[in-house]
Amino acid sequence: MSVTVKPGDAVQPSDLITLRHGAGGRAMRLLIEETLAAGFADTPVDGIGLAAMDDGAALRLGDGRWLVITTDSHVVHPVFFPGGDIGRLAVAGTVNDLAMMGATEPLGLTSAVIVEEGFRKGDLERIRGSMLATCREAGVTIVTGDTKVMGRGELDGIVINTTGVAVARAVIPDAGLRAGDRIILTGTIGDHGIALMARRHNLALDAELRSDVAPINGLIRAALAAAPGAVTAMKDPTRGGAASALHEMAAKSGVGIVIHEARVPVSAVVRAAAEMLGLDPFHIANEGKALIGVRPDAADAVLAALRAHPYGRDAAVIGACTAEHAGKVILDTGLGRRILAEPDGEPLPRIC
Amino acid sequence: MASDLALSAAERELKFRDPAKARALTGALERLCRDIGREPVSVMHVCGSHEQSIAKYGLRAILPRALNVIMGPGCPVCVTDVPEVDEAVVLAEDGVRIATYGDMLKVPGTSKSLADAQAAGAQIDVVYSAAQAVELARDTTAPVCFFASGFETTAVATAAVVLADPPPPPNFSILSAHKYIPPVMEIVAEMPGTRVEGFLAAGHAATITGWRIFERFVERHRIPVVVAGFEPLDILAGLVKLVELVRDGTPRVENMYPRCVTPDGNRNAQRQLWRVFRTTGGRWRGIAHVPNGNLRLRDEFAWIDARRRFAIDVRRLWTHAPSALTQVCICGDIMAGIASPHGCPLFGKECTPDTPVGACMVSSEGTCKIWHQYGGHPDL
Amino acid sequence: MCLGVPGRVVAVHGRSATVDFWGVRRETRLDVIDEPVQPGDYILNHVGFAIRKIPAAEIAETLALYEQLLREAEGDMMAADVRTEIAAAHDGAPPEGSRGV
Repeated sequence: MSVTVKPGDAVQPSDLITLRHGAGGRAMRLLIEETLAAGFADTPVDGIGLAAMDDGAALRLGDGRWLVITTDSHVVHPVFFPGGDIGRLAVAGTVNDLAMMGATEPLGLTSAVIVEEGFRKGDLERIRGSMLATCREAGVTIVTGDTKVMGRGELDGIVINTTGVAVARAVIPDAGLRAGDRIILTGTIGDHGIALMARRHNLALDAELRSDVAPINGLIRAALAAAPGAVTAMKDPTRGGAASALHEMAAKSGVGIVIHEARVPVSAVVRAAAEMLGLDPFHIANEGKALIGVRPDAADAVLAALRAHPYGRDAAVIGACTAEHAGKVILDTGLGRRILAEPDGEPLPRIC
Repeated sequence: MASDLALSAAERELKFRDPAKARALTGALERLCRDIGREPVSVMHVCGSHEQSIAKYGLRAILPRALNVIMGPGCPVCVTDVPEVDEAVVLAEDGVRIATYGDMLKVPGTSKSLADAQAAGAQIDVVYSAAQAVELARDTTAPVCFFASGFETTAVATAAVVLADPPPPPNFSILSAHKYIPPVMEIVAEMPGTRVEGFLAAGHAATITGWRIFERFVERHRIPVVVAGFEPLDILAGLVKLVELVRDGTPRVENMYPRCVTPDGNRNAQRQLWRVFRTTGGRWRGIAHVPNGNLRLRDEFAWIDARRRFAIDVRRLWTHAPSALTQVCICGDIMAGIASPHGCPLFGKECTPDTPVGACMVSSEGTCKIWHQYGGHPDL
Repeated sequence: MCLGVPGRVVAVHGRSATVDFWGVRRETRLDVIDEPVQPGDYILNHVGFAIRKIPAAEIAETLALYEQLLREAEGDMMAADVRTEIAAAHDGAPPEGSRGV
């Protein structure tokens, strides 16, 4: 028996889950707060738990150490895309979430795979190969897992869930920004989402659009080492893009953020593709980038450390935090100023 | 002389988005407004893409306080009436695969949108070209209906696929929700509450129609019309010329987008448009009857007209009464330019992009959606 | 966002052309354009159809238009200053410009 609704069922549209709820914007945030996570945060945890809605949880172990845990389910389609595949994404995504909390040396990953009947074994091997290579790059391995097969039509291809654990001496929430802090972006935005959109919608764009999916724990480790204690917040701009991530950081920290559009790194190809599709690069997912809040006197050191790393060559200081307009993100376009709001659903190509 | 167009994207951007030129143009606007000497000076544009550009570049933060640039009914998705959306929803629920531009997906009908139908299992494909919809139909034997929304510029593309050789396959049909802008400018100009002193006309529609079609409007209503492009400097330059004409009291048509717009426009496109479509009166969502405001397929093309191929009965969607909130919604006034989103009691509270009450909050070209996203008149 | 970024025609095949928009290539239909196009030409695209061939000197032409507009606006301002001066001379009041800008 299926729990999903069929055409003709008498249900109010507002009672149904739609794709919007998974897009990383406001709709998803509300679904989590009001439906999925409600009640669990009532039980207190010693550390950062569900209530914080951070990239992961951090539980106090005692003697100044934290156990950092994060989990992610990966349902990306197409499974193989320019620049990577679901395997690379499953490993990098979880490694990066740990890194965003300040835990750059993961102890181990789990990998639970659900495969649809009819999936090619050869494709599974290719995915495993990607996961292995990405694990090696990140300095971690898969220590336990689970495998399930569902009937043809009961699942769309493959779903991979990875959970990561690490121990850290200092945890960096995404809520620690203060007025005056600088915002650094570690590289170009929009690459992953645009590359996928081109494939997924079979858009007739055949440029060199590659996903940026990569484990950036090494990059973050270098940044944290360059200025210990000076990094006040971190977040990776995945679903919902940089706009979503900045909005969350501003709201949780209670500061305003002003971004200078001219300083934001965007590749020429992504810019052209986004303009063609009527999309805003700020709303588009990235899988190998981070937003880092840093005290003003340490910004140069962190920037230098990032730029010295292969994944941080295009790093730039893109803005700063203010006491005014708390909770809002303002974009200085060079010509004028406007609000950079979080996207509210899946970015769709528009009439153009 | 090397072509301008050999410049890189970044170089080109610099030319059309140069802050120094922008300052010079807004300086000119300040002086013109001072010359006029009263406040506000109200001008209207009728193009969602103009509003998008204004909002995206934050131009409202630099325009003179005395200048009121109103967005009129220039969002084709927003003005697509409820019965038209219902027709598409009924077809979708009856098993017809619907191809639609992305914006139409979430526009509310009487009780649901296409996105709601999709969540309940109907097959909806987002396309960015009418040609793509035809290709979808070639790849299947199932019925595929193209929900054709947009103004006349977009209708040209729909006309082209109808007239193409080879023609679209027999399983392909078109549900036309296309709209025609010039008649609605008349309506707005004649509205009792209107204070519009000049119109900024959409550059791409004018690329098709030419700028001479505005001459009769100018003669009748004695207000100037300036055709403008979409780069931020195009819009500022268009506004300078428009406010100048308002100041001088010289109503005429001026073309500030000569690289794309000519007096008579693109005759080839016009021929195809009017071969396939005829105008008919109809309701625009929130604006009441617009004579000649809708584009429908001519009888000669009944074979591809979804309204004639399928028996579409929208009454079964009327099981839910429209919410009480829709009575409070002032989308119509906003689209007519006589109210602004900040004046709506629902804006940002009960009516948000997640929970839209009116169509203006749904479409990315809708005034309310754009203001909600970009902050409207932010004091930034 | 229909800013109308011009694309460069790379190849023409019947009623379609491959058009390059600064690194992004796509197929664009030529059914409704009103001039013949060939590789190297630039076109304005709307929903997958070329609606206009853009002249090669479009930026120069447009910038010249902006310049002219600004000159006219400035000219008006100067004319206004001159008128004010003349009027002031009749009143005996100091001319506008002498109060410092």
